[in-house]
Amino acid sequence: MDWNTIFVTTVKASIGLETVVYALAAIGVNIQFGYAGLLNFGQAAFLGVAAYGMAVTVATFHLPFWLGILIGLAATIVLAFLLGIPTLRLRADYLAIVTIAAAEIVRLIFRSVKFSSVFGGSDGRQNFSGDFFAMNPYSPGTYGIGPISFNERVTWVLTVGWVLIAIACGLVYLLMKSPWGRVLKAIREDEDAVRSLGKNVFSYKMQALVLGGVVGCLGGFLFALGQASVQPDLFSTEFTFYAYTIVILGGAARVFSPVVGAAIFWVLLVFVGNTLSEAVSAGLLPSLFTVNNIGAVRFMLVGLGLMLLLIFRPQGIFGDKREIALDAR
Amino acid sequence: MHADTTPGRKAAALAAFAGLDQEPGVPKPDPILVVDKVVRRFGGLTAVDVDHVEVQRGSITALIGPNGAGKTTFFNQLTGFDSADEGSWTFNGKQLKGVPAHRVARAGMVRTFQLTKALSKLTVMENMRLGAQNQRGENFFRALVPGSWRRQEDEITERAEELLERFKLDAKRDDFAGSLSGGQRKLLEMARALMVGPELVMLDEPMAGVNPALTQSLLGHVKDLREEGMTVLFVEHDMDMVRDISDWVIVMAQGAVIAEGPPDTIMSDPRVIDAYLGAHHDAPMSSEEFEEQLQEAEAELESEIEEKA
Repeated sequence: MDWNTIFVTTVKASIGLETVVYALAAIGVNIQFGYAGLLNFGQAAFLGVAAYGMAVTVATFHLPFWLGILIGLAATIVLAFLLGIPTLRLRADYLAIVTIAAAEIVRLIFRSVKFSSVFGGSDGRQNFSGDFFAMNPYSPGTYGIGPISFNERVTWVLTVGWVLIAIACGLVYLLMKSPWGRVLKAIREDEDAVRSLGKNVFSYKMQALVLGGVVGCLGGFLFALGQASVQPDLFSTEFTFYAYTIVILGGAARVFSPVVGAAIFWVLLVFVGNTLSEAVSAGLLPSLFTVNNIGAVRFMLVGLGLMLLLIFRPQGIFGDKREIALDAR
Repeated sequence: MHADTTPGRKAAALAAFAGLDQEPGVPKPDPILVVDKVVRRFGGLTAVDVDHVEVQRGSITALIGPNGAGKTTFFNQLTGFDSADEGSWTFNGKQLKGVPAHRVARAGMVRTFQLTKALSKLTVMENMRLGAQNQRGENFFRALVPGSWRRQEDEITERAEELLERFKLDAKRDDFAGSLSGGQRKLLEMARALMVGPELVMLDEPMAGVNPALTQSLLGHVKDLREEGMTVLFVEHDMDMVRDISDWVIVMAQGAVIAEGPPDTIMSDPRVIDAYLGAHHDAPMSSEEFEEQLQEAEAELESEIEEKA
């Protein structure tokens, strides 16, 4: 067993591209679900329309990179309004149903044959990240400590990513300490009570949906740029559920929980996956386990770990146990 | 400052009602709320059909009626939580039909709920602060600049602390509202409603689920509202409470207002007794009725015998 490789890849995963993308998506989910109680099961679509908005603008229509970013942002906001206007006046479950369906519709449009001249079908779009990497201040080489290092392109993506995460966390911190955040948390507890106190609940829910979508869409941009390509199947429903897992793992309605949750989630996945594959190649596991099925086994083990976490620490890592105790009353 | 020590407002309220007809929809000298022909149908069921009713400013008015009389639906309509199929109502002369609930509250008509809606995972103080109106920090962009709302927040906190002290919740200031007892939640809900600065306070069954020890204190607080110049309209089942604190009683049955009057005499009104207990519920059988029934039975028997013969 090559423990060195396992260690290096695991540490790299804790700050790697996936962690950054999922952390941003989860910060968005945390705003919507954790603070405002909105069940947005379509977070993947918010990242998807942003990533495609940018990629298509640049790769298909050969327009400037920053225009692509603007179009991606606009697409996210339009999607939030499209989903929110008909559903936010209704009971919470309607938003869940509509968003999960909308996310699939968005993904299927991106991969459809009919629009493949625009979105590129199931292959997606490439050749749009040139302008982004042209801004790279890092000269070619590797950056990091010893074996835990990244090349200049990855370093650039991660730098931008962690700066965006810091900004997003700062934003959430300021907002949730303010009276604005108080209204949001109150809506999560009981909408009618908030209405009876003279607050326009619909407007606050819409603001939360848009804000969560916009923060998530930053993850969409980074996902596309970091891989220098977009594919429709990156934005499938399980993406959204991983984001929810991360929020619950960290503890809902805490500023840093999505970030720490994302790091732990990916460290666990990478560590368990690499350890299993090393163990299989070293012949340490029964023949039941092969290189082909350890991918599935990895998810089973991580799922088991998450279940244990929820049994023994239902409030998540940063959560307040007293809040969970209130639910039981 | 309980009502008993300053009888001025109660006397004024009672004087306003002196000599009024005990008919449904009787006009009041200075109504704050005027309701006209409000109807609510759920499919084939007409839950509310109120022809005309007025609520006198500065008084405590009780809305009573048997279960299913439509009191809560009527309440929900007035406060914008349910829509009206027909009719209109004005609050301080302002048309309120079709106005959403949060605007009704801003206009000065604030309600509480039958099942208390304390915001469990907010502290008692945060619950209170939420009630304050026109908060600068509730705007998304200004929220990001704490300097723009700090001062107002301090003023709000000061007001909230005064109210919490009055409602004897100041010791619970930093506890989660979810950890309070049922009665304390009712108190918190009432205190929070006062943070809005209402003119008309609408209480939906303020005594439901409150332990008897807290009842007196709650009653005192309701009377205090009138002393401070607010108008109170409340739904209640507890007749002792209604008699104790209300200045005027409106009775609903099967969606309509069937009677109005002062609390001492309203319960002896035959229309009210009929509504609660059903018509002819306790009239003893007269001898004529007895005779009649006897003859009917005999006639039946005879006809049976004839058939057999």
